[in-house]
This record gives sequence, structure tokens and C-alpha cells, in this order.
Amino acid sequence: MPENKHNLATGNVSFWNDPAKRSLVFQAILFLAVFAVGYIIYQNTQHNLESRGITTGFEFLDAEAGFGIIQSLIPYDETHSYGRTFVVGLLNTILVAALGIFFATILGFLIGVARLSHNWLIARIAAVYIEIFRNIPLLLQIFFWYFAVLRLLPGPRQSLELANVAFLNVRGVYLPSPVLGEGFSWVLAALVLALIVIFFIKRWARRRQSETGDQFPVFWASLGVLIGLPFIVFLLSGASLQWEIPELKGFNFRGGLTIIPELSALLIALTIYTAAFIAEIVRSGIESISKGQTEAARALGVSPGKTLQLVIIPQAMRVIIPPLTSQYLNLIKNSSLATAIGYPDLVSVFAGTTLNQTGQAIEVISMTMAVYLTLSLLVSLFMNWYNKRMALVER
Amino acid sequence: MKKIGLVAAMTAISVSFASASISADTLSTVKKKGYLNCGVSTGLPGFSNPDDKGKWQGLDVDVCRAVAAAALGDEKKVKYIPLTAKERFTALQSGEIDILSRNTTWTLTRDVSLGLNFAGVNYYDGQGFMVSKSLGVKSAKELDGAAVCIQSGTTTELNLADYFRQHGMKYTPVVFDTSDQTVKGFEAGRCDVLTSDQSQLYALKIKLSKPNNAMVLPEIISKEPLGPVVKQGDDKWFNIVKWSLFAMINAEELSLASDNIDAKKKAKNPEVKRFVQSDGPIAKQLGLNQDWAYQVVKQVGNYGESFDRNVGKNSPLNIDRGVNSLWSKGGFMYAPPMR
Repeated sequence: MPENKHNLATGNVSFWNDPAKRSLVFQAILFLAVFAVGYIIYQNTQHNLESRGITTGFEFLDAEAGFGIIQSLIPYDETHSYGRTFVVGLLNTILVAALGIFFATILGFLIGVARLSHNWLIARIAAVYIEIFRNIPLLLQIFFWYFAVLRLLPGPRQSLELANVAFLNVRGVYLPSPVLGEGFSWVLAALVLALIVIFFIKRWARRRQSETGDQFPVFWASLGVLIGLPFIVFLLSGASLQWEIPELKGFNFRGGLTIIPELSALLIALTIYTAAFIAEIVRSGIESISKGQTEAARALGVSPGKTLQLVIIPQAMRVIIPPLTSQYLNLIKNSSLATAIGYPDLVSVFAGTTLNQTGQAIEVISMTMAVYLTLSLLVSLFMNWYNKRMALVER
Repeated sequence: MKKIGLVAAMTAISVSFASASISADTLSTVKKKGYLNCGVSTGLPGFSNPDDKGKWQGLDVDVCRAVAAAALGDEKKVKYIPLTAKERFTALQSGEIDILSRNTTWTLTRDVSLGLNFAGVNYYDGQGFMVSKSLGVKSAKELDGAAVCIQSGTTTELNLADYFRQHGMKYTPVVFDTSDQTVKGFEAGRCDVLTSDQSQLYALKIKLSKPNNAMVLPEIISKEPLGPVVKQGDDKWFNIVKWSLFAMINAEELSLASDNIDAKKKAKNPEVKRFVQSDGPIAKQLGLNQDWAYQVVKQVGNYGESFDRNVGKNSPLNIDRGVNSLWSKGGFMYAPPMR
């Protein structure tokens, strides 16, 4: 505590010479300055908008939107409000970001590990993958998947089909969708029960291993419980689940579940692009672990797979997580390129069509920016928490 | 951190607005710059499209040229700024462009809530549908369940929803940013139908690799009066744009064309005389040179010439004059008298 020492030594310090008080003053001044600038900007904007006869305010959110959106996770049609289009766009953004993060993480880890493989061919393929996809702009990749690859698919009437229940054509992938019947809630209850059982199996197996040294096949047992329990209940409840199969009617398939090609193209591009970066992060993480760790594990007779899984990766995670967070944030923000191929994400639906129909540029753009800011902060918050948990605790 | 981010965000938005703060008088800024910033489409044959030498041409482009001829005395002093449907109004509001001449539909909402003024109509249009012939559809009423390609942020998007709702039909909207992407989507079979203003359908049709495989359905489901737009709050500029367009229409009515206007300079007809010489006080009120109307016709031509050259019988689009004929020939084109 240098300040206290200083105070004690001199007894009485003038206001300006006290670093603590001085910094408080400067912070207050800075805060006021920032606030004042913000206020002037706000006033100026308001004045300019008014003098140009441009309507301001958020009332437009309650007005009827009157345009259609190709994909929405919540019920939406033309009679809903502009506020609803915001939610539809937001959920579509979250959908593509979440799926993208999920797939990019898996693919990135696989490629990253493959890059370090002792198999020359596998390591080369991974290296080529990384160099190709890391060095081509994402927008071009999105265009490539959408305009070059997916457009080669046949039209609705010549669809590729799988067992007459799933269809693939230029309009998307058509899958059977589940129709929940009566008593299906019991199956869901069984699923929850299975999860609880798995939790206890895991605890019991760990205790048994530390007591007797015997290993228990936890993964296979869990899988069995996870699938078996709900399945038995499903049969007992009288097979309360039916499938709605897409049918070619009129112009296109109706019924069932549709995955639009815009989503597929965006997701494929985001996944492949981000995975290339994640792979490099994983590689650097693994390479940061001393070779002695592997050698020690091998000397104890631990198999190479288990060595990677139990010794190397957990230590590597400490190096991996911070840059991985950046990649997740990049992916979320990059998802806004959706507007280039017409995937109805927040930027396309809300900052695009809604903005254009209402002309409320400032309101719409601030709302959109606030969304990306919030999403990014949430992800970063979660990853920081996870990082802290994984960090090396020094004793 | 969050607060700082918000402030930064707000600064970013408003600085872009503030920097383009209102210059009360567009005419003097344009004169000072020496050229006119004109917002056009990203490429729509017949209306605003660069030719093979990169020179912008079309019915909408001719409005820009006419205003430049009137205000600056030279139709070439225009800088064309291609804008997507989504960008156009913000570009005009923020002062990036002086005129928006980009097949824009005049609607109530746009007129009253966006801080804009519509300066007239240079093409009366209506929304239609284009389908591929192999579909075997003869009427828009058979389109239940179809996937429809649309350009985002247009009145088209709203009319489409209204039409299908009104007829109890369902559709899948496939929304693209530019008309180019929309055509690509239609061609690749992403959608069954392409919907747009009829004039655009003809323009887009000739962009298809096999134009003869597509057909335009007979239904017209909306009124789409298209015309140039200016920012609100500058009446002088509003008048100049308005009367440059009217001069073109009046010229056709008076049979004044780019190739005969010199000969008519000495005409006896008082109306023609007024047009060619533009009585002093009026030109001064407009803030223009005496011969502004003469320059418009001399350099750009009258409305009929512009129509024939760009979308009519002398163009690949070959659109019928139809309702865009002069009022005296059964159409809607009617300009207030110049006196």
C-alpha cells in the first residue's frame, strides 16, 4: 500500500499530489466529457432528423410488417409486426451461429489433431485444408457453396430421394418431421430420467475406479441408457410419435421439415472457414505441451488415444480457449454475410427489409448493433468463465 | 465497457449523419461541385444500366441528364452512384446523392415519413409475374404454393404478400439484394416465379440465358408510379427537378425534339417561344439560365425520344407506350403548362 506509506511519511498531502484522488478527478472529467459528447451527438441527430421530416421513435415496431420471411423458428406471417420480424431475424442469426460454432469446433479439433498426425498423408491433407480455406475470403466461399455447388442440384420434380421419405433438390432438403401424439411427454420424462441415471453411473464408476482400479465402460453404458430407456417408454406409450412425410404437391414439396439451401450454404461456409482457424489454434495448443507429458503417459502404458484425451488436450485447452473465443465471436459476426445470399438473418430481415420499409435507419441499426454486442459479450463472458475453470490452479 | 461501446456506436452513426448535415441549397452546392450526384440502380436495362463502354443509359438516367442540363448547362456533368433498393433512401437522406432516379415507387409512407419528395412520374408501372413456360401456368391465380424470387426492400415485397393473402394462397419468399441475384435465383430454379414491376420483368427477361423459355403472366397486381425523388426541405431544388421532367414531357407535346429545336427557335407559336427562350423572371425564380428548357431538349431530348430510345421501339426491350403515352394520345403523361 504505497499511498498509505506516503501519507504516513508526510502526514498531510495536498489534493493534487494524492494519486488516488487525482485519478478519481480525471475519471470524473473523462466521464463527463464522454457523456457531453454523446449528448451533443444525440441532440444533433434529433435536430437533423426533425428538420428533414424523418419520423423517429420506436412506434414502428408495432406496425404490421406485411412481408413474408422464408424461415422462422417462431410462428410468423405477413400480419405480424415489425417487432416480430426483429425476433424472427434474431432467432435465425442465433440458429446459424450456434450450429456454426458447434460444427466448426468439432471439425476444427479433428483437423487440428490430424495436422499433427504421424501419418504423413493425413497431416498433409489437414495442412492443405487449412491453407486453402483460411486464405479465401469468406464471402467468396459463401457464394461458392450457394451459387456453384448447391445450384447444381436438380429441380423439385427430379429430386434426389432417400427411401421415399427424404428429398434433396435445389430448393433445399426435405425431411420427415415428427408429429407428437398423446403420451409423448412420458418419453421426454424418460429422457430426463436417463440423464439423471447417467449422472449417477458416472459418479459410481469414478468411485469404483479409485477404489478398485477397475474401469467401467461408462460411455457405452450411458449411450445404452440414453437410447434404451426412452425407447422402452415410447413402445409402452403406444408409439405416440408419427412422422409427417414431405409430399410433392403442386410446385414443390409440402409438409415435413425443410432446410433451405441458404441456411446450408451459409452454415457450410462458416463451418469450413472457421474450422480452419480453430485447427491452427488446436495445433498450437497441443504443440505447447511438453513432449515429456506424452512420453510419461506412454511409459505408464496409457494408449495414444487416451493420452491425447486425458493428458494432452486438457492441458492444451488453457492455451486454446482464449483464441477460440475470438473465433466464436468472429463466426457470430460473420454470420451477417447471410444477407448476400438471402438467408433471413437479423441483418437481412431487420436491418435490411424492415429498415427499408420503415426508413427508420437509426433505430433499426442501433437495435441491430446492440444485438451483436450483446451476443458477443455473452459468449465472451461464458468463455472467460470456462477459461477460469480450466486455468492451471497453482498451489 | 458496454457503455463505451454504445457511445462509440452512437458516434459512428451520428457522425455519418452530421458530416452530411443539411446544406440548405442543393443548387449552389451542385454548381460549386460542378457535377450532380445521381443515385441509380445497380443495373436495370432500359432504366439505368451502363452500356458496353461503361456509360450509363436509360429512362431514369435521362432524368439525371436533364437536370444536369438544366442546372449546369451540360448533361454530361453527372456522377452516377449505383444503389440497391435497400440503400437508396438512406443515400438520399444523408446527402450522398442529390437526386434519386431509380425506378422508385411513389407511396404514401415514403412520401410522408422518410423526409423525401417525389418530383413526378416518369414511368407508370404495375407489378407482374414471370414464370418459366415449362411450368404450364397461365395465370397468377394458379401460383398457390410457389416459391417467389423478389428483390428485398421494395414495394413489390409488400404487394406480393397482399396479393397472395387476398387470394388465399401460400408462397415461399426468396429474397435477394440485387435484381441480378434475383434473376440468377430464378434461372437456377430456386423459385418458380419472379415478381417485379412489369417493365423490370421485360428488362430482366432479356438478361436470361434463354429469354424465350420464360413468360410474363397477364395479371398486374399493383400501381407503381415510378419517378425521381429529392430530399425534403429544399423547395428550389425540388422545383428544378420537377420542371426538368415536365420540360421533357411538354417538349414532346409541343413536338420539340433534339433534332428540330434549333429550327424552332424562331417559331411564332407563343408556347414554343416561351419554351425555347424561357421568359426571364421564371428562369430566375428557378435559379437557372434563360435557356434551361432548351438545353434539356437539345441535349437529352423530349420524353418520347427518351422512351423510344431506352425502353420503347428503338430498344431491345420494345415496351409498348401504353399508359405512358401523352394524355393527348390516351396515356397518363400530362405535365402542367410552362407559363
